[in-house]
Amino acid sequence: MREVKITVGVVKNADGSAFIEFGKNKIITAVYGPREVHPKHMALPDRCVLRCRYHMSPFSTDTRKNPAPSRREVEISKVMREALEPALILEDYPRAAIDVFVEVLQADGGSRCAGIAAASVALADAGINMRDIVSACAAGKVDNKIVLDINDIEDKEGGADMPVAYMPHLEQVTLLQLDGILTSEQFNECLDKALSGCSMVYEIQKQALMQKYFGNETELREEQ
Amino acid sequence: MSSSKRSTIIVEHLRKQQMWDAISKGKRLDGRNLNETRPLEIEVDIIKKANGSARVKLGNSEIVAGVKVETGEPFEGLENKGALIVSAEVLPTASPYSEPGPPDEETVELARVVDRGVRESEMIGLDKLVLVPGKTVYTIFVDCSVINTDGNLFDATSYAVVSALVSTKLPVFEMQDGKAVDTGNKQDPPINTVPVSITAVRIGDVVILDPSAEEEACMDARITVTTNSNGDYTAIQKGSTGSFTIEQIKKAVEIAKVKGEEIRTRLKELPKTG
Repeated sequence: MREVKITVGVVKNADGSAFIEFGKNKIITAVYGPREVHPKHMALPDRCVLRCRYHMSPFSTDTRKNPAPSRREVEISKVMREALEPALILEDYPRAAIDVFVEVLQADGGSRCAGIAAASVALADAGINMRDIVSACAAGKVDNKIVLDINDIEDKEGGADMPVAYMPHLEQVTLLQLDGILTSEQFNECLDKALSGCSMVYEIQKQALMQKYFGNETELREEQ
Repeated sequence: MSSSKRSTIIVEHLRKQQMWDAISKGKRLDGRNLNETRPLEIEVDIIKKANGSARVKLGNSEIVAGVKVETGEPFEGLENKGALIVSAEVLPTASPYSEPGPPDEETVELARVVDRGVRESEMIGLDKLVLVPGKTVYTIFVDCSVINTDGNLFDATSYAVVSALVSTKLPVFEMQDGKAVDTGNKQDPPINTVPVSITAVRIGDVVILDPSAEEEACMDARITVTTNSNGDYTAIQKGSTGSFTIEQIKKAVEIAKVKGEEIRTRLKELPKTG
């Protein structure tokens, strides 16, 4: 897996935020809420509305990306929301909204996984009631070999790509996508690889939160 | 911006309770077993102006798909391949909740998942549909219209696309003075494999196949799995706001393989027209 670095609390105005460097991916996420819903008719009487926007900056890719939301971004916003929603206790905030903004500043393959990982850290930072943290990692096939965490170049060679989001504590899969051809055995191997990647990301997520709220983890242990 | 919202149809609490009770006993409200799909009706070559077409009914979900073949420039990065574009639209006729206008995120997801299923399976040998490498290639458009919705649009639309493509006769183009000209002849499309999409949803702890609209309104999570003729997986999409355990996913992909083969025999029997 590529090197992953998460920094918590990077956007001062936001209720929660995180910056993730996942290999060459650079993604900033900010959470606002729970707050009033606008427009008001969108509010739900029994739970909170979760809104999610995944967006790529025009300069984040090799050729300039049109800043208008593409169909790809619309779909990713949706799967991302659906990946985060099982972790949140939305019933605790009826008639309110939580907004999650994911801005990809530099993309290098696997940006939806990196975005989900950062977004769930930002949600925790915002103090939203959660059942678990959602960690995410992709696995795929390159040259007929199952590998963890494929980057942009490997992705474009077109083996197979399978992003997975997972709640390690509850043992629930919240996002699973696949493009590319995998046999049954390869699928199982790929799923196991991706889940092991998720566990690694989970540790980094926890550390990032510890770092912000308790300072350095080792220092904390020494004090105890 | 993607936003959580009310389900499109509202199912009363009593009805929901009935559904849970029935499902926990292995039966569904419409009398089906948990792994039973609804009757599938396929009719091809219904639109004579199209190069290929199909009308598919899966229960009461009804889709019309049409194929139009043109020539054009290849996609960037895929210079030596023909272009295949699958799109889907939910017509305002489809339900009291669908409205005309730009596609909402559910329709975008539907179109993209169906497109991925067909494209990633490499159903059509697009490398054989090149006239001038890097300049002029065959462009195959498959446009789907949802006429009526009753759940599981993913599978119904996918079957419509595959049926329409299987029954397509491609026009033969030739390069004359640097222009692609239709010779008036027809050819079979180069079909490598027949992709079949199978959707399963989880309601409570039970996973059922081919959900109706009512069942979709009560579902916790959805998974759509596409397999090719070899039984390999070519596309997967988890959807809806719930989650799956690893065992449930492994079970769902296994069932998709078995059920997919049943549907595939139906799709392979379709007559060639166009």
